[in-house]
Amino acid sequence: MNDTVSWLGLALSLLLVAVAAGISWWQRLGLQRQILIAAARALAQLLLVGAALTLVISPGRAIWWSWLWVAAMLGYAATVARRRAPEVPHLLGLALASFAAAAVVTLGVLFGLHVFPLTGRTLVPIAGMMVGNSMTATVLAGRRLTDELRDKRDEVEARLALGQPSRQAATPYVRAALHAALTPQIETTKATGLVFLPGAMTGLILAGAAPLQAVLVQAVVMFLVLAATATTTAVIALGLVRRLFTADHRLVYLPAPAGR
Amino acid sequence: MAFGFERVSVVRAGRRVLDEITGWIPAAGITVVAGPSGAGKTTLLRLCNRLEIPDAGTVSYRGQPLDELDPLALRRRVGMVFQRPTPFPGSVADNLAVAHPEAGAGEMDAALKRVALDPGLLGQEARTLSGGELQRMCLARTLVTQPETLLLDEPTSALDEQPKRAFEQTARELAARGITIIWVTHDAAQADRIADRIYHLRDGHLTGAPKEEARP
Repeated sequence: MNDTVSWLGLALSLLLVAVAAGISWWQRLGLQRQILIAAARALAQLLLVGAALTLVISPGRAIWWSWLWVAAMLGYAATVARRRAPEVPHLLGLALASFAAAAVVTLGVLFGLHVFPLTGRTLVPIAGMMVGNSMTATVLAGRRLTDELRDKRDEVEARLALGQPSRQAATPYVRAALHAALTPQIETTKATGLVFLPGAMTGLILAGAAPLQAVLVQAVVMFLVLAATATTTAVIALGLVRRLFTADHRLVYLPAPAGR
Repeated sequence: MAFGFERVSVVRAGRRVLDEITGWIPAAGITVVAGPSGAGKTTLLRLCNRLEIPDAGTVSYRGQPLDELDPLALRRRVGMVFQRPTPFPGSVADNLAVAHPEAGAGEMDAALKRVALDPGLLGQEARTLSGGELQRMCLARTLVTQPETLLLDEPTSALDEQPKRAFEQTARELAARGITIIWVTHDAAQADRIADRIYHLRDGHLTGAPKEEARP
């Protein structure tokens, strides 16, 4: 790990931000200010997180600090999911439950079977990958299922009117939502290595790790993300069905989201 | 008596869609509930199938309050056809199978014949049928669950004159075979053509229906 970036290197890389801002100025996009603010904000956030991570995962620090970090990430991700998809009812609680389920599955396999040693250094980044990807999938699945049930209300109620239980009546729409939420991840997984070099691998190679080692880590991370998105979307979809139908098999009223 | 309503009210978005309705609908022939759009006709039918529940009052079916009945069993006894046809993806046979997964070819043929559809359509993609055929398929789909009562929510409002008359004829035949039909419509001429009795719903109030259950 000798190919580190110096503070001078970081300062020089700001030239790249200047290039982006320069293009905005040249083409009169009016985005210069936004670009500079975004870059400054990202840098400040990363430095803060870096400082906090240094504290949390430094050698000798108790592992429960890392678990606390993971719990905070889960909570924050759930609030972000709710903010991004306000039209999905009860999303905060459902997202928390689904992230927790995905954490049990993925961290259980990776640490329970000793694929990685359980340390702060492994736990925090792996949980971060899991939560970040799960959050996107949660928003996709929750939004799609709510849209389907609202837009196809006539069809859903026709199924209910034939005496189908709500869970059965919802099945085609649950499948459509899971399909929509999982397909991008499957496509990404397929194209890995051919079309793009994913972040974890790139980072490891830049930091001086042997390419084969970087590939192995990346493969594990991809499988982790695949399992995490499948678990979270399934929990979200089945949980939503329970919330969007009453105990006596009626579909609750679903208002159209604002702006449509 | 099929359905009884006792001081039934439904409030939606601050508006009284049904306002303390009391009345009885007999378990025979075709009862038409007529009234202008927005009078609460659809809501009345949805209460009967328990797709909605009232905010106040009691709806009963054959003497039993609906909230004491299993909603899934009730919906198989009381079928409903909606205003707009609601085909499911797949063939006509796939649609009938949603209602009755164990139905054999013979039962499906018979269901289509009862609504005057050619059994040769079973393999056809449902969404390629004409409007009139689609609405008949929806009726056949409901009939394969062998309901005692049919709720028809303006089922011919999107149909031309000829398929509309054909649908009316089919309904008359079903009523003659002992299926109780409750048909809501805003079409007064249609109400006169098909009804054994007509009740009126206007501004959330039901008129014409007997207030007391008839004693034999």
